[in-house]
Amino acid sequence: MANVIKIKKGLDINLKGKASDVLLSGGKSDSYAIVPDYYNGIVPKVVAKVGDKVKAGSVLMIDKNRPEIKFVSPVSGEVTAVNRGEKRKVLSIVVKPDAQIEYEDFGKKNVASLKGEEVKEAILNAGLWPFIKQRPYDIVAIPSEAPRDIFVSAFYSAPLAPNFEFIVKGQEADFQTGLDALAKLTAGKVYVGLRKGSAISVKGVETVEFEGPHPAGNVGVQINNVKPINKGETVWVINPDDVILIGRLFNKGIADFTRLVAITGSETTERGYIKTIAGCTIESLVAGKILQGDQNIRVISGNVLTGTKVQNDSYLGAYDNQITVIPEGDDNNEFFGWATPGFGKYSVSHSFPTWLAGKNKEYVIDARIKGGKRAMIMSNEYDSVFPMDIMPEYLLKAIIAFDIDKMENLGIYEVAPEDFALCEFVDTSKIELQKIVRNGLNLLYKEMN
Amino acid sequence: MKALRNYLDKIKPNFEEGGKLAMFRSVFDGFETFLFVPNQTSKSGVHIHDCMDSKRTMTMVIIALLPALLFGMYNVGYQHNLAIGSDPGFLMTFIYGFLAVLPKIIVSYVVGLGIEFTVAQWKKEEIQEGFLVSGILIPMIVPVDTPLWMIAVATAFAVIFAKEVFGGTGYNVFNVALVTRAFLFFAYPAAMSGDQVFVRTSDTFGMGAGQVVDGFTGATPLGQIAIAGKDLIGSFQATDILGQPISTMDYFIGLIPGSIGETSVLAILIGAVILLVTKIASWKTMVSVFVGGAVTALIFNMIGTTVVMSVSPLDHLFLGGFAFGAVFMATDPVTSARTETGKYIYGFLVGAMAIIIRALNPGYPEGMMLAILLMNVFAPLIDYYVVEANINRRLKRAMK
Repeated sequence: MANVIKIKKGLDINLKGKASDVLLSGGKSDSYAIVPDYYNGIVPKVVAKVGDKVKAGSVLMIDKNRPEIKFVSPVSGEVTAVNRGEKRKVLSIVVKPDAQIEYEDFGKKNVASLKGEEVKEAILNAGLWPFIKQRPYDIVAIPSEAPRDIFVSAFYSAPLAPNFEFIVKGQEADFQTGLDALAKLTAGKVYVGLRKGSAISVKGVETVEFEGPHPAGNVGVQINNVKPINKGETVWVINPDDVILIGRLFNKGIADFTRLVAITGSETTERGYIKTIAGCTIESLVAGKILQGDQNIRVISGNVLTGTKVQNDSYLGAYDNQITVIPEGDDNNEFFGWATPGFGKYSVSHSFPTWLAGKNKEYVIDARIKGGKRAMIMSNEYDSVFPMDIMPEYLLKAIIAFDIDKMENLGIYEVAPEDFALCEFVDTSKIELQKIVRNGLNLLYKEMN
Repeated sequence: MKALRNYLDKIKPNFEEGGKLAMFRSVFDGFETFLFVPNQTSKSGVHIHDCMDSKRTMTMVIIALLPALLFGMYNVGYQHNLAIGSDPGFLMTFIYGFLAVLPKIIVSYVVGLGIEFTVAQWKKEEIQEGFLVSGILIPMIVPVDTPLWMIAVATAFAVIFAKEVFGGTGYNVFNVALVTRAFLFFAYPAAMSGDQVFVRTSDTFGMGAGQVVDGFTGATPLGQIAIAGKDLIGSFQATDILGQPISTMDYFIGLIPGSIGETSVLAILIGAVILLVTKIASWKTMVSVFVGGAVTALIFNMIGTTVVMSVSPLDHLFLGGFAFGAVFMATDPVTSARTETGKYIYGFLVGAMAIIIRALNPGYPEGMMLAILLMNVFAPLIDYYVVEANINRRLKRAMK
C-alpha cells in the first residue's frame, strides 16, 4: 500500500479558465525549433547547417561540455534558420516540417533485457536526455553521474495545471516502459508521486501519494518530504509527460515528440488539450482561441507561476505542456486602489474581503505586480507556502549575499526556482525570488565546477 | 479619474531623468502610486501577484491603530475636564482631545515624511511607506503635554539614526517609534515622566480653559505604584486624578491618565483583532508577550516584597504601555524575531523583561519601551539559533 504524505503548507490559487478533458483542434505548426535558453546548464553547439535535410531524431545541437547530450529535431524537414543574438548566442534552430514525418530508426528494444549503460545511451542518442534534470542546480542531468534516486511527480498542482490522468490515457504502456527505463539508470529507486486516490497504477517503482495544496505536485517538495537530498547526493527528476516519450522510444524505436498541451486561462475561448509536437510555435496552439477584446493580454508558455511570457512567433517551452492566457493589465488604471476595500481582488492575506467568498470562487488575475518593490518586511510569508524543511527567507538571504557555506547549510542543493514561485506570488515586497534562486544556482554551479 | 490620469501622464515627463523637475521624482512617484495602483506588469518570474503590497499592509496597521487613537483623543479631553471640574459633553470633550493630539500627528508626519522623501529622492528610490505607521505611533506613545519641538527633534533623530542610516524601511534594527520615545525619555526626562505631563490642564487653542480642582494629582497608576511605600503592600489602591479609587475594570476601559494611545486595553484589543484577522501581526509574538508578562508578574507576586511586585498579573498587563507595546510594537515584523520559533521566545522575553524593569528598577515605572528596544537587539540572535537548529538537523540527516 502506498504511503500518503499530507502537505499542509501551500496555496491553491483558484484561477478562471481550467482546461476540460477534451481534445481541441490545432497544433499544426509551420515551423519547429530548439531554443537553447529553455535548458539550463548546457552550452549549445550547433551541428546542423541551414539547408540540411533532417529526420525526426536527427541531431541539431549538442552540449559543448558534454557532447553526448544531444538535442534532436522533433520533426523531419529542412533546417531553415539558426538564429543568433548578441555575441553570436544561439537563440533558436528552426526546422520547417515535411508534410509527412519521417523518423530516425533507433530500433525497438526490450528494456528489461538492457543494461543501465545501454538505456542511457539509447536515451542520449534519441535526444531525450535533456528532459531529465538533476538536483542540485536544477540543470540538465549530467550523464556521467550516478543519481541516488529518480523522482517523477505524476501530477501537476500549479494553477490551471494540466491533468496528467487525462494526458496518460491510452499511453499507460509507454509510461510504464519509460519508468522501467529510468529504473535502469539508478542504483536507488524510482519514486513516483501521485495525487491521493489517483487511478494511475504503475509497477516496479516506489509510489508515494500526496494530498494538499500546490506545491504538492512540485517534485522538489516531494523529494524533500520523501527522502531529502544531502550534500554530495544527486537526484534526477523528469516530468511524467516526458517519461512517456522515453517509453515510446523503446516501444516503437523512434523519437516521437508528440505531446498534449493544455490551453488554459481566462482569456481563451475554448479550453482543452491540443495534440502537438514539442518545439511548435505558440501561434499554432492559440490561433483562434484567444478572446478578442480591447484589453491587452499575455500568453504564457507554462503556468502562471513558472512559465515564460511568449509572443505568437515564440516556440513552446521545452518542458512545458500548458499555455496560459491572462489579461496583461497594463491598461488598467485603478484609482486609490490601496485604500478601496478591494472586492473581487485575490489575496491570501485577509486584508481583502475576498477571503470571505470561500475557496470555490474563481478569479481572473492580471499580470500587474500590484505594488512597489521593497525590502523583505513581513516575516512568515514565504514559510506559509513553502512545505519543505528549509527556511526560505534565510536561504534567499544567503543566496543574495552569496555565502556558499550558508547556502549549503540551508539547503540550496534541494531547491529549484519553481519551489519559490508561490513565495514570489504572496510576497508583499514583490521581490523576484525565482530569479534570485536561478542566479544563485548558476553562480554556485560555476563556483563548484 | 480619466482626466486626472491624463493630467499625470502629461506632467510625468517633467519628473523623469533629465526633466526640469527631476529633483522631485520620488515625490511625484509617491503621489502617482498613491492615486493609482501602478500598472507595471511582471517582466520575469511569476506572472500573477497577490494584491497585497506594503501600502496595503501599512494601511491596515493604521486602521488597527484608529480605535486606540480615537479613544486616546477622547481620554485627553476626559482627563482634562476631570482636572478642571467641567463637563462640556461628549463631543466637546472629544474635540478638545482631538485638537490637543492633532498637532502632534502633523508634526510627526511632516518631519518624518520630509526626511523619508528627501532620502528617497537622494537615493533615487521609491518612497517607502514604513513611516506612515511610525508617524502615527509616535504621537500615541508620548504624554499629551510633550512640546511639539521635542517631538520634531526626536522624530528626526529616530528616522535618521534608527532607520535611514541602516538602509531604510525593512533594514532597521530598532523600532523607529520606540527610538523616538526613548530619545525623548532620556533627553528630556522632565517632560516625559512625573505627575505633570500625562494630563493636560491648560487650554488647547483657547478651548477648555479653567482652574484645576483641589486634590488633583496627575500621576498614572504605574507612577503611583512606583512610589508607594512598603507599608501599602496588600492594601495599595490606585486612584484617578481626583483621588477616587480605580479598579482593574477602569484599567481595561482606559479612562485613566497615561500616554495618549496606550490607556485603553479595550481599544487596543479591537486593533489586535484587526491585525490578527488580517494576519499582519503574528499571534505568536503577541500572545507570547502577554504570557511572558503574566508569568513574570506571578513570580514577583510570590516574592512580593514591594508594592509593584505584588501587583496582580492582570493589572500589570492592563497598565501602562504593556498592551499597546505587545500589540503594535513587539509585533513589528522588521525588528522582531522573524522565525516562527523565535517569535515565541522573543515575545516571552519582551513581556518578562517589561515586568522585570517595572518591578526591579525604581527609576522607571514603565518597562515596555526598554524591554522591546532591548529585545530588538536580541531578535537576530534568537533567529540565529533557530536557523542553526535547522542547519544542525540537516547535517544530522546527512550523517545517517
